Amino acid sequence: MAYKVTTQTPASRIAAIVGAIAIVVLIALPFFAGRGTIQDMFFILTMLVLAQFWNLLAGYGGLVSIGQQAFVGMGAYALFGAVILWGLDPVPSILLAGVAALIIAVPTAFFAFRLSGAYFAIGTWVIAEVVRLLVAQWKTLGGGTGTSLPRSATRDMWFVEMIEEALGVRSAAARDILAYWLALILAIATIGGIYWLLRTRRGLALAAVRDNTEAAKSVGVDAGRMKWIVFLTSAFGTGLAGGLIYMQKARISPDAAFSVTDWTAYVIFIVVIGGIGTIEGPIIGVLVFFALQSLLADFGSWYLMTLGVLAIVIMLVAPRGLWGLLSERTGLHLFPIRRRLTGGQLTTSEE
Amino acid sequence: MIWIDTIIQGILLGGLYALFASGLSLVFGIMRLVNLAHGDLIVMGAYLILVLVTLLGLSPFLAVFVAVPLMFALGWFLQKFLLNRTLGEDILPPLLVTFGLSIALQNALLEGFSADSQRLPTNALTTASVDAGPITLGVMPLLTFASAVLVIVGLNQLFYRTELGRAFRATSDDATTASLMGIKPANIFATATGIALVIVTIAALYLGLRANFDPNIGPARLIYAFEAVIIGGLGSLWGTLLGGIIIGVAQTVGAAINPEWQILAGHIAFLVVLLVRPRGLFPRAND
Repeated sequence: MAYKVTTQTPASRIAAIVGAIAIVVLIALPFFAGRGTIQDMFFILTMLVLAQFWNLLAGYGGLVSIGQQAFVGMGAYALFGAVILWGLDPVPSILLAGVAALIIAVPTAFFAFRLSGAYFAIGTWVIAEVVRLLVAQWKTLGGGTGTSLPRSATRDMWFVEMIEEALGVRSAAARDILAYWLALILAIATIGGIYWLLRTRRGLALAAVRDNTEAAKSVGVDAGRMKWIVFLTSAFGTGLAGGLIYMQKARISPDAAFSVTDWTAYVIFIVVIGGIGTIEGPIIGVLVFFALQSLLADFGSWYLMTLGVLAIVIMLVAPRGLWGLLSERTGLHLFPIRRRLTGGQLTTSEE
Repeated sequence: MIWIDTIIQGILLGGLYALFASGLSLVFGIMRLVNLAHGDLIVMGAYLILVLVTLLGLSPFLAVFVAVPLMFALGWFLQKFLLNRTLGEDILPPLLVTFGLSIALQNALLEGFSADSQRLPTNALTTASVDAGPITLGVMPLLTFASAVLVIVGLNQLFYRTELGRAFRATSDDATTASLMGIKPANIFATATGIALVIVTIAALYLGLRANFDPNIGPARLIYAFEAVIIGGLGSLWGTLLGGIIIGVAQTVGAAINPEWQILAGHIAFLVVLLVRPRGLFPRAND
């Protein structure tokens, strides 16, 4: 009998079609949306990328890091270094940002993997602090006060002139649109890449390590190597996002680029609120996060207080987050990774 | 001579860090809980003392006696009704809940007291110093260090000489079996966090008397405390004191070379110990 192993469900097929339409709309967005919308979408997309990578670490790899700001900051500074010191164009420098974060991730993992569980979390934080303090000593990039991208570099950036002419916008708006498109590419690649990873053999191994490390080891999964793969992948992606975020900001300082609130606390709240350990969770989380920020941003510290309390409540009441609640009730998975057997007739042997 | 002075200042500073760390170490030792809000609780303790000093016109040293039972109660309720619900095999819930607590507490303090730095009022005692041969020692640093030693002696006595201490150790080893012997782990955990917050209050007193504080300095105190615990080896209180001293000396020596290197030097010392002795200087036999 013909049977096959599949991960597709009717819901996931519909989700794929809706997703494809959404992507087309998002690509076309700069043609009909204003500059403010583009900037908001840039923020949402970059936070989504950071959240997906933190989720890969904590939700799938079981590595709760509070040191993601090390990779954001390192990526951002690598981009500024490449542009200011080597005169490279900011756009290709984003790749260098990822590589720099990857390079810093190797010693970070080497130290932090010596600490287990909760201490790993604070260990990554300490290392992020060390990187921040070291970067603040880098006088050619402004030391503790920071620096800006030179005007000539931002003006002559790749593609900017093309966008200016094609859309009939000013240079500053064209730069925002370029950054937005790059963020969109990065977000799609991130979600696609993580989904692909989870469906491969390695993804299966990763889920096994998350659910029970000892049992996974006993069937031949190299748990230590999985941790390295997840940590380095996540650092690379976070570094790319860091580079891109600061390419758009065009101004950097160690305190902002290595901010634990902006690059780790927000990201953790997004994932926890949306639903940890799922791809859908961070997407829901970033939308809730953005809505809360739009509503409460004027209230300053009340906003962060609300986020903190909300994260506590969600963790206690619905540890799988908003998406987990929905998914439990309806059995819905937009990015299914569970392998199911379909098509075979299970009753044939009785005939 | 200046180097001996620097190193002694560092050792005394280590006493403060050991005070920060003892509460963290106690809670981790008994329930394997890492409280990421520990630093913010210290800062909150400092504000509580400040409020009591301002409202009641007490000296900070007397205000502590009012603050201690309040903080004990806070710790007890926090553990009993919030943190106990996060304990289990999965490390995510306690980490994320205490992280949420840390951010919420920081911003609540910011809202209540603004970002301005505060300081507990000083008197003749807090600025006094004694001459010990060629070097001069501040009374406050000496008092801090003595308090750290007293706290550690007290905790060790509590652990190994009292019924409560026996319950602590039993629950730490095996909560299920301990509960068969009539111990309620939930209450034991609540008491442990209560005691941790008593130590936090003592730490807060010295934090507030020695330097300025504002709502944002909590996370850095958590990091120093954490480094001291890891250097000393999980579960060893005397190790924690030594860990605090190592961080303190590294910071003062670093600052003596270049003021910008103070904090960095402490972190580097921690990383070096982690490299050479991953389990700390005095690790418990099995954990």
